[in-house]
Amino acid sequence: MPFDLHSINLFDMGKQFVFTLTLQKISFLAVAFMTFASAVAVVTMKNIFHSLLFLVLTFLGVAGIYLLLSADFLAAVQVLVYIGAITVLIMFALMLTSKLMAKRVSQTMEQWIVALPVTLGILVVLIRLVVLNPWGMKAAPAGPTTGIIGTSLMTKYLLPFELASIVLLVAVVGAILLAKEDKSDDPS
Amino acid sequence: MCDFSKNIMELTWLIPVLPILAFGLILLTGRRGPGEGAYIGIAGIAASFLLSLAVTVITVASALGGHEFHPFTHSVVWATLGNIDVRMGFAVDQLTVMMLMVVTTVTLLVQVYSIGYMHGDPRYPRYYAYLSLFSAAMLSLVISDNLLLFYMSWELVGLASYLLIGFWFEKPSAMRAAKKAFIVTRLGDVGLFLGLIVLFWYTGTVNMQEMFAAVPSLMGTTLKIASVALPVLPLAGILLFAGAVGKSAQFPLHVWLPDAMEGPTPVSALIHAATMVAAGVYLVGRMYPVFAYEPHSITLTVVTVIGVTTAIMAATIATVQHDIKRVLAYSTISQLGYMMFGLGVGGYTAGLLHLMTHAFFKANLFLGSGSVIHGTGTQDMRQMGGLSKKMPTTYWTFLIATAALMGLPFTSGFFSKDEILLEAFHTSLPIFWLGLGAAFLTAFYMTRLVALTFWGEARDPSIHAHESPRVMTIPLIVLAVLSLVSGYIAWPSNNIFHHLVHFGDGAAVPFSWTVMLLATSAAFLGLGLGLALYLRPVISPSIFREKLPWAYNLLQNKFYFDEFYWAVLVVPLFWITKVLARFDARIVDGLVNGVGYATLGLSIAYSWFDRVVVDGIVNLVGGATRISGRVLRYGQTGVLQNYALVAFTGVLVLAWFYLFR
Amino acid sequence: MIPLEWYLALAAVLFCTGIFGVLTRRNAIGILMGIELMLNAANINLVAFARYMHPTILTGHIFAIFVITIAAAEAAVGLAIIISIYRNIELINVDKINVMKW
Repeated sequence: MPFDLHSINLFDMGKQFVFTLTLQKISFLAVAFMTFASAVAVVTMKNIFHSLLFLVLTFLGVAGIYLLLSADFLAAVQVLVYIGAITVLIMFALMLTSKLMAKRVSQTMEQWIVALPVTLGILVVLIRLVVLNPWGMKAAPAGPTTGIIGTSLMTKYLLPFELASIVLLVAVVGAILLAKEDKSDDPS
Repeated sequence: MCDFSKNIMELTWLIPVLPILAFGLILLTGRRGPGEGAYIGIAGIAASFLLSLAVTVITVASALGGHEFHPFTHSVVWATLGNIDVRMGFAVDQLTVMMLMVVTTVTLLVQVYSIGYMHGDPRYPRYYAYLSLFSAAMLSLVISDNLLLFYMSWELVGLASYLLIGFWFEKPSAMRAAKKAFIVTRLGDVGLFLGLIVLFWYTGTVNMQEMFAAVPSLMGTTLKIASVALPVLPLAGILLFAGAVGKSAQFPLHVWLPDAMEGPTPVSALIHAATMVAAGVYLVGRMYPVFAYEPHSITLTVVTVIGVTTAIMAATIATVQHDIKRVLAYSTISQLGYMMFGLGVGGYTAGLLHLMTHAFFKANLFLGSGSVIHGTGTQDMRQMGGLSKKMPTTYWTFLIATAALMGLPFTSGFFSKDEILLEAFHTSLPIFWLGLGAAFLTAFYMTRLVALTFWGEARDPSIHAHESPRVMTIPLIVLAVLSLVSGYIAWPSNNIFHHLVHFGDGAAVPFSWTVMLLATSAAFLGLGLGLALYLRPVISPSIFREKLPWAYNLLQNKFYFDEFYWAVLVVPLFWITKVLARFDARIVDGLVNGVGYATLGLSIAYSWFDRVVVDGIVNLVGGATRISGRVLRYGQTGVLQNYALVAFTGVLVLAWFYLFR
Repeated sequence: MIPLEWYLALAAVLFCTGIFGVLTRRNAIGILMGIELMLNAANINLVAFARYMHPTILTGHIFAIFVITIAAAEAAVGLAIIISIYRNIELINVDKINVMKW
């Protein structure tokens, strides 16, 4: 049963082990709720700029989840890349297309009435999968991850790593080409 | 072997890859490349040269290091045939590094030389591209650890040779020579391929080391073809040797090499003197365990007979030719025959030593003749003469290489030729005397060549010879030095070369003063006769032509080999082709036409059926499609998210269906 | 210890929120945000499985890093496309862009 809260026993100070476990669970629930709530806000806010702010909050929540999974390096990457880079990128795009921000029209399409049941249906499928599947896996204690990730990236995953850099380069060049003002074709 | 050396050795695969990269780069850049492509090619081969040098130093050091030496091998699975993994890889041993050094050194020098020689050619970048392709193929042939890769490289060097002989394809003679070279060597290649298949069939591997390990178990095995039982080992050996005969221009497939002189002279030096034609000798050396499965095996006897025949025959032809390059070409054939019979009489070390020294001095001779041709604009020795003063560098380097080819004492050829004769002396006296005769003839025709070209007075006043540019003379000097000193690694009392490259237990044949004195006196005799005829004409040079006109004509026409092949092979082939063509026109075409008419009749019947029945159905389908399209087009809004919604709905339906039903 | 299912459930919820965003936002930038949410959900799954299956090998982490890389590239190109569209037709509301008819 996923949402089993029976083991919460905040006041049993004698059993240190149980206490840490429950603290983990509580913090997970708090972070997960924050993530979920801000994600819902991202997709429902009228003002797209507010959506963006909630997106930052969602990213932070996911970073928190990473920390709970003892993925320290990924949490740092999440903060740096998503909050530091992608959010700023989206903000630039918003400013460049800012004429639309002033209009107070609804940001949601009429098809949401159909989209909502479909989405909920997919959610039901996923949750049923999660609940019905006997995972039976236990987490073992884990140490710092940065060293291991660095080593694997430089040895076993060297080729994909280099390819990723090429993909990024291509994306940068492509983005510049797409976004640059095309003066040659413009007769005016 | 320390880790650093091991890392270097693992880079051996780069040696052929670098020139092939240069090849691609030159093709891409063309005339815009640095030095119109020349610098790319030179950089590629220079890098290969340095790497080969490192590999050689490491290999030689570890072979001389006292420990038991194992060839360095490295291979990857290339294809899986049934339950046999075909592996591709390289193996480095002493023989490999010797060839690596020869090939990379000569290629590097020839490429540098070509900057001057090919200057201003309209297809200059292409020339360097072909040269790079050739070096890549040749180097991969050398380092290959299996016969399959060896065979592929073998064909690739043949292709490069074809392209370079026909480099000036506007000349019909060059075009014909290229075709001839390709087709004639192909005859031998078929043998090589059959030999490969026989060995693969009986040993189940293409890897050379594994083949050699399996050789003793094949001793009694025979292959039955229509109640004739052929012993497998001699069969495979002779088939392999057929490949060597084609590539190394041995009798009776030697006819392509003199014609191949239509190519640019540096190409003749590189491909048709130093490296590719030596590949046949290298093949015999590499597959020696298959050839020498027992001392004095049938295979080795065949090799010896073919080799000594070639050596004598080509040397006699060379004495009467007028074209400077043709003399050298026949000399090359003769020397290759020398190496072959050296290997055949059991002189593994001697034959391969001669391969190396010959590569240096013959490349030197060809490049020198290229310099002469460059300076005078003719290849006919009768128009030359007196060039020693006008082209001093060319003259002196040429003289050194000539001395080495004659085997005059203390040049490189002296050591290698003596070793071959020594081996022959201990194995078979008739072969020894024939070899000695070839040595005498060699000394004679080389004296004649030098005398006609460089000595005396200029015979054609219209030719104003000039010395070649520095970029051409420096490779000549380097090669001349190599021609002088490269034999000293086989000094009889301290034979390092023999220590490195030997077969079996590798006991050296004892040195013999008799053989050395006989060989040297044969060389000096030839030299003396040449001087007597051409320097101070004590005897008239034309005496031979006047006294024995039939023999002279026989030699002048190269024993009528080309005419013989034309009459015996090419003309009947044309005749068969004509008969087949007539058969084709009458009977096959008649059949085809009959089938055609029958088809026409049937078609008329079908067309009616088609119009009425099939078209009706097709029109029905078309109409239905049109109506449904009219309805469905309202679903195509062009709005991205409508489509996405439909897609996700589909995902939901499918997932639900597959997971929970 | 937190059960694995909790992480998977959170990822599923986040993923579906992303889908909803993609399907319903008028603004093309909003669609991109939805896609980022979906990618994050996938990353949570990857890291969670890595943690619970092979805590020392971290293949899931490596995957997550590559997903983040791709997400960054995708965001850059996507936003460039949006700016390009905006410059050409002064509009980034996807429900008004119906050129995908042909």
